[in-house]
Amino acid sequence: MCRVAALLALVAGAGVRRGLALAVLGVALLAGRGAGAEEFTLSVAISMKEAVEELGRAFGQAHRGVVLRYNLGASGDLQKQIEAGAPVDVFVSAGQRQMDELERKGLLAPGTRRVFARNVLVVVVPGGGARDVTKAADLLEPRVSRIAIGNPRTVPVGQYAEESLRALGLWERLQPKLVPAENVRQVLEYVARGEVDAGFVYATDIGVRPAGVREAFRVPEDSYSPVLYPAAVVAGSRVRSLAAAFVDLLAGAEGQAVLRRFGFLPALR
Amino acid sequence: MSDAVVASLWLSLRVSVLATALNALIGIPVAYLLAKRRIWGRPVLDLVVTLPLVLPPTVTGYYLIVLFGRQGLLGAPLYELTGWTVAFTWYAAVIAATVMAFPLTVHPARAAIEAVNPDLERAAFTLGRSEWRTALEVTLPVARRGIIAGLFLAFARALGEFGATLMIAGNIPGRTTTVPLAIYTAVSTGERVEAQVLVVLLTALSCLVVVVANRLGGARAAGP
Repeated sequence: MCRVAALLALVAGAGVRRGLALAVLGVALLAGRGAGAEEFTLSVAISMKEAVEELGRAFGQAHRGVVLRYNLGASGDLQKQIEAGAPVDVFVSAGQRQMDELERKGLLAPGTRRVFARNVLVVVVPGGGARDVTKAADLLEPRVSRIAIGNPRTVPVGQYAEESLRALGLWERLQPKLVPAENVRQVLEYVARGEVDAGFVYATDIGVRPAGVREAFRVPEDSYSPVLYPAAVVAGSRVRSLAAAFVDLLAGAEGQAVLRRFGFLPALR
Repeated sequence: MSDAVVASLWLSLRVSVLATALNALIGIPVAYLLAKRRIWGRPVLDLVVTLPLVLPPTVTGYYLIVLFGRQGLLGAPLYELTGWTVAFTWYAAVIAATVMAFPLTVHPARAAIEAVNPDLERAAFTLGRSEWRTALEVTLPVARRGIIAGLFLAFARALGEFGATLMIAGNIPGRTTTVPLAIYTAVSTGERVEAQVLVVLLTALSCLVVVVANRLGGARAAGP
């Protein structure tokens, strides 16, 4: 079809309607994109972006002709997209809750779900700021006027932050200061830009903006559920064996080595 | 209706009314300048005024962050002086809506002002009125239908503003979550009923505004 369109473009080009020819040629180029290659879509919790992309490059070298596409965002948004029928092959979530929902609705390929990494929650402050925020209670101080957290409705890091602040008895009192963000990297960006005085992110996110943000303190680990990353093949996938191979890569020795390098912890303590 | 729906509706109305008022205050003089004066830098002004219409709202939003963010060109000195930042407040939503609606005020107003019969203005001059008074007593009253139609469109645009608002004002429930943002959140979290209520309300309100704007514009065309 692509060739026919290109041919049409040449024929039309012989006439005077050069504009039309260019338009047809443009359409042909767009339609021809990626033809012949096997496409493979991964919906990935954005906190895993760099690590999964690196593993994706290794996967692409091992599987020639496979084109990987990344759909990055908050795990809750990615979950809703899969529920709405998005053509996704692998889902990598930053929370068990989102994966549980999909499993309950029968949207995962049975037996493919694996927990492969763990993370911890930290509070970061803008890099240049010399603010002395060293513990959760300091967030109540008037010098901390805005605190970014992931929107707990869709963003796992926000759900962990809410759980922790509730356990620490700070959730209600901090309400007026909270600025919800669409995903963890937006929290990071708000802090790096100095728009907010503090934000809840994962320890691994700091490496993305080392100059922009500074770790203020680790959130007490007994105040929130363990941050576990599950991955699974989506039931609607048409490349199930490829998808399963990617999940195996994440959980296998090579994947674990790359994840460790990006600061992620092994799933089991 | 839930509290969240009422809160976003009330916020959207406040933001749109204020943005429309600012459009009237700034947009009408700008339209007059563009229509009547061969001032220095007029093509640049014309371009800047039109840009929000053609740029993606995210680009406009980015410029607003560069200007009004805590480290922004205007935002940083403001923060130094007052310790206050406009970003993530509902004023930021007003700024975003004002800028995005601006072309819709200026273009119709400019066209209406240019369409005023110059003989009327010359007559006013001849009768001893200054340009200032001619503008206020002749030009603007004669052009008023086109100007008001533009302001109605600006109101509708302000009501629907999403991208630039999200970037500079964020999405803080009860504070900066306008109706379009509430719809986005409701859809992405699977709250279909809330989304549908807001979609119907916003559609009805926008239809009403556009019908009124068209009537005003149509009456001008049919008038003497």
